[in-house]
Amino acid sequence: MILQVNNVTKQFGGLTAVKNVTFDLPPGQILGLIGPNGAGKTTLFNCINGVYTPTRGKVSFRGEDITGAPTYRAARLGLARTHQIVRPLNELTVRENVIVGACYGREGLGLAKAEHVADEVLAFVGLAARANLLAGSLNVAQKKRLEMARALAARPYLLLLDEVLAGLNTAEVSGMIATIRQIREQGVTIIMIEHIMHAVMNLSDRIIVLNYGEMIAAGTPEEVSQNPQVIEAYLGDPELAARLLEEEKR
Amino acid sequence: MSQLLQYLADGLLIGVVYGIAAMGLTLIFGVMSVINLAHGPIIALGMFGVYLCFTVLGLNPFIALILVAALGLLLGLIIYIVAVHRVLNAPHLSSLLATFSVNMIIIGIGTTIWSTSFRNVDYSLGTLQAAGISLPATRVAAALIALLVTGVLYWFLYRTRPGKNIRAVANNRTAAELMGIPSTRVLALSFGIGTMLAAIAGGLIGTILPFTILSGGVYELKSFVIVVLGGLGNPLGALVGGLILGLIEGVIPAFTSVGWVPVFEFVLFVLLLLLRPQGLFGAKK
Amino acid sequence: MKTLRSPGLWLPLLLVAAFAVYPLITGSASTRESMFTVLMSVALASSLNILLGYTGYVSFGHIVFFGLGGYVGFYLIDEQGWHLFPAALLGGVAAGLLALLLGLSILRLRGAYFALATIGINEAMKAFAKQFALFGGPNGMELNFAIYRGYGGANAALWLVFWSLAVLALVVIFVSFKVKKSKFGLGLMAIREDEDAAEVMGVVAPRAKTWAYVLSAIFPGMIGVLFFFKNGVIEPESAFRLHLSIELLVMVMLGGQGTVLGPALGGAAYQSLRRTLLTSPMFRDIQLVVAGVLLLLIVLFIPSGAVGWLRSRWAALRRVLE
Repeated sequence: MILQVNNVTKQFGGLTAVKNVTFDLPPGQILGLIGPNGAGKTTLFNCINGVYTPTRGKVSFRGEDITGAPTYRAARLGLARTHQIVRPLNELTVRENVIVGACYGREGLGLAKAEHVADEVLAFVGLAARANLLAGSLNVAQKKRLEMARALAARPYLLLLDEVLAGLNTAEVSGMIATIRQIREQGVTIIMIEHIMHAVMNLSDRIIVLNYGEMIAAGTPEEVSQNPQVIEAYLGDPELAARLLEEEKR
Repeated sequence: MSQLLQYLADGLLIGVVYGIAAMGLTLIFGVMSVINLAHGPIIALGMFGVYLCFTVLGLNPFIALILVAALGLLLGLIIYIVAVHRVLNAPHLSSLLATFSVNMIIIGIGTTIWSTSFRNVDYSLGTLQAAGISLPATRVAAALIALLVTGVLYWFLYRTRPGKNIRAVANNRTAAELMGIPSTRVLALSFGIGTMLAAIAGGLIGTILPFTILSGGVYELKSFVIVVLGGLGNPLGALVGGLILGLIEGVIPAFTSVGWVPVFEFVLFVLLLLLRPQGLFGAKK
Repeated sequence: MKTLRSPGLWLPLLLVAAFAVYPLITGSASTRESMFTVLMSVALASSLNILLGYTGYVSFGHIVFFGLGGYVGFYLIDEQGWHLFPAALLGGVAAGLLALLLGLSILRLRGAYFALATIGINEAMKAFAKQFALFGGPNGMELNFAIYRGYGGANAALWLVFWSLAVLALVVIFVSFKVKKSKFGLGLMAIREDEDAAEVMGVVAPRAKTWAYVLSAIFPGMIGVLFFFKNGVIEPESAFRLHLSIELLVMVMLGGQGTVLGPALGGAAYQSLRRTLLTSPMFRDIQLVVAGVLLLLIVLFIPSGAVGWLRSRWAALRRVLE
């Protein structure tokens, strides 16, 4: 297993944002993480990569206990992530942003090699033409790609994608979906938080559904979309299953 | 024993006045996250304000405070509009340097006019005797006025609309703006009040101790310590912090050389920043 | 060798070299003294820039390293009979150690809290120096003039200090450039832009910040030794003068934080401006006011400093000015 999340709970004061979440992730898969707003998806990401220390529970990455370890430790071990609200290093160029990822990621490359990797990754995500602009000057879609490029430049074993499709137009969404597929083909394991259902249903091997911090379902996209509890919790919409499968076929 | 009581009383009386100065600093920080490095010179201006009213106009120093307070408020509004407003959303360094430039300007003008020689307000109300200790009445009056100012500030912040607006903006500027609170006016007012408090504190200290135009710097540093003791952005905490600092200053000399007081103060200051940045009384975030 | 050909490096080096050579041409002690002040400002501002400009941490009390180094070195020269050079080296080591110690603690604080803590540390050190009998307490220490004999007389000693400072200034510029162009420097700049995001990308921020702090402290420590050796006197108020600390921030800001050339330019410009104001009959009395107004204008209207402004104005300059 590349990642083992064991009974992870995160409380903020009286509020339990994530409650007893347990799952194992084999290498090479894409795991979709869905649930209504405020279900604790991003909090779970934060518990996995060390932004938060879980109140209870354990997170192991490639056999190593990383519960509550600093975020840079997870990064060095090969766990990269993107942020839901993009966080570009504004006053550095796009290329420098990605070089940071390569320099300080799993391989900890030297500057010269990192530059090489950065150019490669920028071409892959389609930002090569903007490499020398300041990151702060990009638009939202480009900033999302930059987040992705930085994470990829780290050459991670596991990639956490936090709503990389949100706010993109239809063409940009399909472009990004293709990109995610290609990443998986390179052997990178992925967990993605996503609201755009047809995308997540399409891409994921397995899906976990969170509601009020609890894992209410897990399984293949097919299983999950037919789970009555999911349908009720997710939108209270009995048509959901039909619609999701509909979308999946498109 | 009565010696120690005397030290304690002296410390507490001056501590309340320190508290007012720190309240001004912490109010500004709480509302707009700006550390006002012009705080010291403004305290000094308060001292000179009272001094000039007393020597030139022949006003009673405590009456003069009203005039000083009004001018302090006005000065604060001007400083806000000219130097602070534009850098509110810039990195910290900008607001620090902007207020420091105001510091330089005030000190520059002040030294040109008044040089750096010592002044004092030669005014006495006699001495009060109680429980074997004697207290200069001006000190007692200064402390009482400081308490009165604190009370008025609290009434203002909690019972009046502009005061409530200030607290709303301090709490969450964006949300306050969405609710229709004119944030620029509120910010300017907060800065004005913070400056006014510094000027009043200066005026009060001026009636007690001799001073120069540069004296404000010492009280600015004390204000930093107090503000951290009470929690950055917490005005009532500043009063308590002031009392604690006053006590430290009053009591330590009873045991060891006065020179160790600042060592102790600043070590405490750094330790507090590290261990309890929310102040001694603030809740953990 | 590639680095040596980069104009981003040799432009500031050339600037510093020009300041160093100038008194050699005039041969006068007064130009030497004014260039000493300029070179000192350039070196101090460039050191501070490693923390302030590259890492984004506002150290208000940076002068504490200058003061501590100065005291340690002065004590070794005056009381222990050390030569200037090893004493200067040890002054730097002492400053670096203090920074290491502080780095492990106060660098956890961010923004205004860090700035306040550095002020507190400087004031605590000053108050402590006043009480510390070994360093002469409130009166500080005075150099025994016989010591200059070991350097071939006072005049020779002063020139030696001047040349040492010039070399040190060149070294600081070189280090500043190398840091900026290194992986380490890139990590620092990532911290400056967004420390949490940098850590998520794997930058070990606590370690990187601490080394940046140590690096930015060592040179002021050494410079402190040179300065007070030249001065002949050291006392707490002049060693830990918060005002000088803030002037350094102004210099960095003036020239352009986060650039190699900026602090050098800013340091030189600030000192020449000060000298001009101080010697002008019209501005002498209000020099502080003029300086204050200028600072305010810069902060309000060109916050990225001269070099930053030039770089953003003309893209072609970006390859020349670092």
